[in-house]
Amino acid sequence: MDKEFISIKSNSKTKSTVEKIAAIIFTCCAVVSIVAVVSITAYMLISGTPALFEVGITEVLFSNVWAPTASDPQYGILNIILVSIVGVFCAILIGVPIGVLTAVNLSEIAAPNVRKILKTAIELLAGIPSVIYGLLGILLICPTIYKLERFIFAGSTTHQFTGGANLLSAILVLAIMILPTVINMTETSLQTVPDDLRTSSLALGASQIQTIFRVVLPAAKNGIMSAIVLGVGRAIGEAMAIMLVAGNSVNAPGLFNSVRFLTTGIVSEMSYASGTHREVLFTIGLVLFVFIIIINIVLTFLIKGGVDNGK
Amino acid sequence: MENKVSIYDKQNRMSDNILAFLVQFCSVLAVGILVIIIGYIVIRGVPAFKFSYLVSVKSTLKKTFGILPNIINTIYLIVITLLISCPISIGGAIYLNEYATNQRFVKIISFTTEILAGIPSIIYGLFGMLFFGEFLGLGYSILTGALTLAIMILPIMSSNTQVALNAVPPSYREAALGIGATKWYMIRTVLLPSAMPGILTGVILSMGRIVAESAALLFTAGSVATLPTNWLTHIFSSGGSLTIQLYLEMEKANYDYAFVIALVLIVIVLILNYLAKWITRKFDVNKVD
Repeated sequence: MDKEFISIKSNSKTKSTVEKIAAIIFTCCAVVSIVAVVSITAYMLISGTPALFEVGITEVLFSNVWAPTASDPQYGILNIILVSIVGVFCAILIGVPIGVLTAVNLSEIAAPNVRKILKTAIELLAGIPSVIYGLLGILLICPTIYKLERFIFAGSTTHQFTGGANLLSAILVLAIMILPTVINMTETSLQTVPDDLRTSSLALGASQIQTIFRVVLPAAKNGIMSAIVLGVGRAIGEAMAIMLVAGNSVNAPGLFNSVRFLTTGIVSEMSYASGTHREVLFTIGLVLFVFIIIINIVLTFLIKGGVDNGK
Repeated sequence: MENKVSIYDKQNRMSDNILAFLVQFCSVLAVGILVIIIGYIVIRGVPAFKFSYLVSVKSTLKKTFGILPNIINTIYLIVITLLISCPISIGGAIYLNEYATNQRFVKIISFTTEILAGIPSIIYGLFGMLFFGEFLGLGYSILTGALTLAIMILPIMSSNTQVALNAVPPSYREAALGIGATKWYMIRTVLLPSAMPGILTGVILSMGRIVAESAALLFTAGSVATLPTNWLTHIFSSGGSLTIQLYLEMEKANYDYAFVIALVLIVIVLILNYLAKWITRKFDVNKVD
């Protein structure tokens, strides 16, 4: 073969090999996310289930006595689960109205320069590390709540004072932390509402506020639901911010009780736990993971439903 | 009285006023929270801040404080995580945008990416500890932490890259393919350079996420704060990031030190945020046209 002679055929052959290799590599990269989800699910199941059978499903999930280091260890995580549910619910109750109204301002009312300031502020809020929320929670929110606690329970002999590190403080921190998520998602959904709806409503004589609250918000219902669900996901998975704010002892969910969430339960004991105790901590992780998967499935349905309604 | 209402009169509804007030109030509240957070950190952090903290090591023996090891560990984490995650997520995004033909497969991949985005960092921490730390035997090390974070930032990186690739006009692709470029050649020389600003924004957002992360690092990268003795083997040793050190100081109620670290973190977050915006503005594809 004469090397000087370059055939377009042989050239295309090497080219097509390179092409094929590139395609294979890209496919492998895309598959990584599937592999990651499958292996995370597998690991959570493998590590989380043994304790359920060792201790007994009812004794783990439906008992509220948590004494893992006692001579007769008890591993009931019902209180921890309930605290997470109650805490997240209340955080949503506080955070969502504030978030939705801010998003309304952002997308419907605010002048461009106000919008710019708001938008930047929310981006920054989203970027602030969760430990910093925790730090400010301890130093700003806890003392305030402690004052409230002393005021409410003044003279009470049965109440265990928490020094402000209780469920209520954790709820406030969580409510602030979900704001960026709720605002961004709601704003996106408000912007997909067609302008026809707004102009028709205004033309019929409704005021701007009436248009927003009677026409635009109902039209963006699905998006707002997604925002709430995303907020739930954010709140239930937060660990480091509420670690020290929640007080960290296992109690029933009362606003002024020192409590432990699913996430903080894992963080606070993982470093020294061993044996069954450690396995139960993984079970807590599994419970959290199941919550997250449920939230994701609900979200997928909501987003699908939103598309169908829009047609 | 009611008959006298003219349609020319502007009706003043009580409900409108209340709602309008609430809308403004909530917006002010959202901005106010940010102002309080940053303001309080500056007020507490600046007086406690000494430049020497940035270049020295914490020592209980000498009773000195310093966060140099944590800064170095954070940089290690950022670099290694991005080295692992960038090729994978950009490759995956290229596949989804340019190669994928099977819609079902694409749907599965985007569904799993969404799940990855929703998984809380504490779960990543548990998984990283079990899989990278114990199964692969990496123990508490910077590499374990970086591998864990690499999975965590996958969704941000890949969605940003996909958006950037989508923004490249189809005519670029058609022109390149039309003059005989192969697909990979087209991607390498036309698509990626045009999408680079968007990809960079994704990288910077991911950096912000890595800097801010704590729960996923506690059980993977650990909390040791010593200077690296060997630059290469340091990735196999445990290293606490800035956030972890902040958490430890907070736990011990050393609030002055905690605020110094918080100040450093806030400055980094602000710089990254500004950088991301600057890149978006500077290289806006739509602005040129």
